[in-house]
Amino acid sequence: MLPSLWSNPKVRFGLVVVGFFTALAVLGPWLTESVLGVDPRANDISAIASPPSAEHWLGTTQFGQDVLAQLVAGARGSMFVGVLAALIGTALAIAFGVTAGYFGGTVDHILNFVTNLFMVMPVLPLIFIVSGYLRGTGLWVIAVIIGVFGWAGGARTLRAQTLSVRNRDFVLGMRMLGESHGRLVAVEVLPHLVGWIASMFLGALIGGILAEAGLAFLGISDSGSISWGSMIQAAQSQSAVLRGIWWWFVPPGLCIALIGTAAAMINFGVDELANPKLRAGTRRVIRRTRRAERAVAAEGGAA
Amino acid sequence: MTAAPEAVAGESTPVLSAVDVTKHFVVRGAVGDSSVVRAVENASVDLHEGRIVAVVGESGSGKTTLARMLARFYEPTTGEILLDGVPATGRATRTYHQDVQLIFQDPFGSLNPVHRVRHNLDRALRIHDRRLSASERRKAAIELLERVSLTPGEDYLDKFPHELSGGQRQRVVIARALAVGPRVLLGDEPISMLDVSIRLEMLNLLDRLRREDGLALLYITHDIASARYVCDDVVVMYAGEMVEGGPKEEVIARPAHPYTKLLVESSPDPDRVGTLSREELFDDAEALGEPPSLIEPPDGCRFHPRCPFAMERCRTQAPPRTDVGGGHWARCWLHQEGRAEEIGATTFAAALANRDKEVRS
Repeated sequence: MLPSLWSNPKVRFGLVVVGFFTALAVLGPWLTESVLGVDPRANDISAIASPPSAEHWLGTTQFGQDVLAQLVAGARGSMFVGVLAALIGTALAIAFGVTAGYFGGTVDHILNFVTNLFMVMPVLPLIFIVSGYLRGTGLWVIAVIIGVFGWAGGARTLRAQTLSVRNRDFVLGMRMLGESHGRLVAVEVLPHLVGWIASMFLGALIGGILAEAGLAFLGISDSGSISWGSMIQAAQSQSAVLRGIWWWFVPPGLCIALIGTAAAMINFGVDELANPKLRAGTRRVIRRTRRAERAVAAEGGAA
Repeated sequence: MTAAPEAVAGESTPVLSAVDVTKHFVVRGAVGDSSVVRAVENASVDLHEGRIVAVVGESGSGKTTLARMLARFYEPTTGEILLDGVPATGRATRTYHQDVQLIFQDPFGSLNPVHRVRHNLDRALRIHDRRLSASERRKAAIELLERVSLTPGEDYLDKFPHELSGGQRQRVVIARALAVGPRVLLGDEPISMLDVSIRLEMLNLLDRLRREDGLALLYITHDIASARYVCDDVVVMYAGEMVEGGPKEEVIARPAHPYTKLLVESSPDPDRVGTLSREELFDDAEALGEPPSLIEPPDGCRFHPRCPFAMERCRTQAPPRTDVGGGHWARCWLHQEGRAEEIGATTFAAALANRDKEVRS
């Protein structure tokens, strides 16, 4: 499974990019301090809103902060929110969707009702209210809010898939041996949902990062912490676009776009693996086919 | 209510029996209307140690529903399932399944494609006896595989289902069922999805399990020829009802119900006396009719719309059970009306043609 995933160029691109940003997020503080030698929050008064230079590779902000250092620190904030929100969202989706689908009946009615409730809830206003209520919102709280309000769609997908798997003969067969429901769900049913869960997680990861950026842009974020969203928000509030300080908002924007693309690429790859019809011919395969055709033609000509 | 000869029935209580079980499924329509599917009505069957009972019938006759009730996947709407003469409803399904195991029809669907053979057997053994150590379970798993003729057993332990043929999978499924040490094996068309060339081996395997291990077997099939090969007793189902039962030789050689006669005659048999080929017998398939809807079954005898011997009475009253001797019984008005010999006198197709002629004239 893993080698074939890696051999897919889309997945390889996606994994490299996601891996890069993950490394950036994990090593962030060490990178900014030891390698760059800059504090992302420090204000360099001698360089206010200066364009990229040898000293500040990606320039500085209106406040004289190094954009590259902020970008690295922001990777940590954004990835943290994205991963935590995705983890919470996916866990809730599995808990609600798989349980409802597996047990059916009254359990399904209740859980499905809750799922539908979360589906029709106006999420954005709710997030405003909740985050306004929990004053002093840290990234942690933002991530929890995004996760808790973003699982309903995934739960419905998983419920439908579980419904189809749980009535398959092999589940009945193992149940007849006396397997407990817990084991049946975990060992017999869940492995068939791994593809769905993986793509759901990646989707939630992009969603979480985008939601955090969106919320930060609207002013709901922890003013003390740095994320790509809060960088863009700061650039916006200082009219960076009007004043042409492009190096302030383009890098975080690009990073968000890049990680979104990467996650989508991995998803495509997983889809292609599950459904070979989606697979496009790679250049290598086409070249190999042409070569074989030529060889046949040459042989035919010689004979 | 037994399909077994009195001699055996008198000696032992059946291991597993269904007594007058009925299963109705409620189907809800899109606009809130509902209808009842009468899948099985008043069916009774007894399974004895070391004997194979075949349930024969066409698709939709309720065979699978009966098997699933016996396996307690569905609780019967009315009637009872008795295990050792004790109602099964009181027992936890978990302990019940230590005694009764079901073999599914589709060997491609009854093994989880993500697990190796080892997982299936290992879990079964572990649930059955928690004290077994890993090496004991491995040894037991190999023994089980060899018991179902997958030799050498070690070679199959680490295989995934997709690496096995249909017959091998079905053997693994049987081995898994045997792992819990059941006394009753219910086979829901266990060979119908297998290649013709290996069906005989599977039937021989079932026969061996019955002889050597004294298992009670229920063998569900739509193919009366395979039932004749392996079983001791036959029960014929039509549209959810049992129409005839008895020792297999009796039932197949002297069908006491027109439907059984149709089944027997439509199965190819080189030994059958007569010059007509199967095609000549049944050249007009439409004339034979098709199984009735189970939502609105015909009044009276459910077979009457297709029956060449149907009388006025058949359309209104359900026929009672008539014993025709030697443990052989049937539900048909012909026996009550003294017309029983008519069934044996002609072929089904000829009787059908005769009826049509009468209708036309």
